[in-house]
Amino acid sequence: MSEAKDALFDPLVDNNPITLQILGICSALAVTTTLVASLIMCLAVIAVITLSNVSISMIRKDIPANIRIIVQMTVIASLVIVVDEILKAYAFETSKQLSVFVGLIITNCIVLGRAEAFAMKNPPGLSFLDGLGNGLGYSLVLIIVGATRELVGSGTLLGYEILRPVTEDGWYYTNGMMLLPPSAFFIIGLMIWAIRAWKPEQQEKPEYQIHQVHRMEKL
Amino acid sequence: MAEYALILLGTALVNNLVLTQFLGLCPFMGVSRKLETALGMGLATAFVLTLASVCSYLMHTFVLVPLQLEYLRTIVFILIIASLVQLTEIFVRKTSPLLHNVLGIFLPLITTNCAVLGVALLNVQRDHGFAQSALYGFGAALGFTLVLVTFAAIRERLALADIPKPFRGNAIALLTAGLMSLAFMGFSGLVRG
Repeated sequence: MSEAKDALFDPLVDNNPITLQILGICSALAVTTTLVASLIMCLAVIAVITLSNVSISMIRKDIPANIRIIVQMTVIASLVIVVDEILKAYAFETSKQLSVFVGLIITNCIVLGRAEAFAMKNPPGLSFLDGLGNGLGYSLVLIIVGATRELVGSGTLLGYEILRPVTEDGWYYTNGMMLLPPSAFFIIGLMIWAIRAWKPEQQEKPEYQIHQVHRMEKL
Repeated sequence: MAEYALILLGTALVNNLVLTQFLGLCPFMGVSRKLETALGMGLATAFVLTLASVCSYLMHTFVLVPLQLEYLRTIVFILIIASLVQLTEIFVRKTSPLLHNVLGIFLPLITTNCAVLGVALLNVQRDHGFAQSALYGFGAALGFTLVLVTFAAIRERLALADIPKPFRGNAIALLTAGLMSLAFMGFSGLVRG
């Protein structure tokens, strides 16, 4: 039972795909200017990652080892096309806003990484939980970044006005930089800092050690 | 002619692939720890990116559109990229062992580089013609290599700096990328479109 719990909850903070493994940050940075777009992207990624994990896990014993990457890619690509078509049919405006990033779920390292590292070795049930956990870990970061950027950048959440901007006789000076690309880098960088200050075991070891040079003997 | 120069400059500097379009961030964070590896990765990606941009344009215009199979383009493009990467590897291995030593380990990684697929998809979305697609791919590749090498140079200095523990590694790297992105916004008045 604890195995299942680990598969589901471990990727949320302790082994978060974005903040610890730095995978799949492209979409995390690009689609987070509004909360709605972030939420739709999260749903798309969760759907693709759980379904791909389950289906790859079911056929894992029949996939020849030397072409496994291309098989995994084909499975993921087919799922992404289905999700893309569904979004175009039911959420056209948002799908336009997400632009190419729904198609780019294929090259999202999290999906392929979980297929290769987990689904190839574990039964479908467990793979489902692992996919769901990683999808939720990804979503957690996206939702935090999306909410921050929309609230600070335009004073709204999900399109509803929370802080009344000055342009509509309110008091809030909108911070336009939050809607521009650099702020996404800053927010995720600061999030990683916050998590690593909270959980010191995630901190990285320095690559080079700077030694104090003792030259006492020369003096 | 001026129009083509504008596309090239615009994609390389103003709408930089990595810093404003957020494509290809995985190799950007992953292989930028050393200057030499960054340069190798940049060159390998630049080559495949330009080629993939042209090939996927040809495939889309002459095969997918006449057959009305546009909805399959993502899967077709990723297969084109995968086979191009494989072909490039074989070609480089046969013709120049030296180049293969430099680029060899990076080539398989390019398949999962979202910049390559992203540019192919953007070409379709923006209705680029043949020359435009090729230039767009080349300009994007140029911008990618430029930013990757610059970033690697900064990170080599960062590795020696005394950074607070929670900031070490990726946190400070992302903040640096943010500052670089701010700097690149300075180019935005340079070219329109």
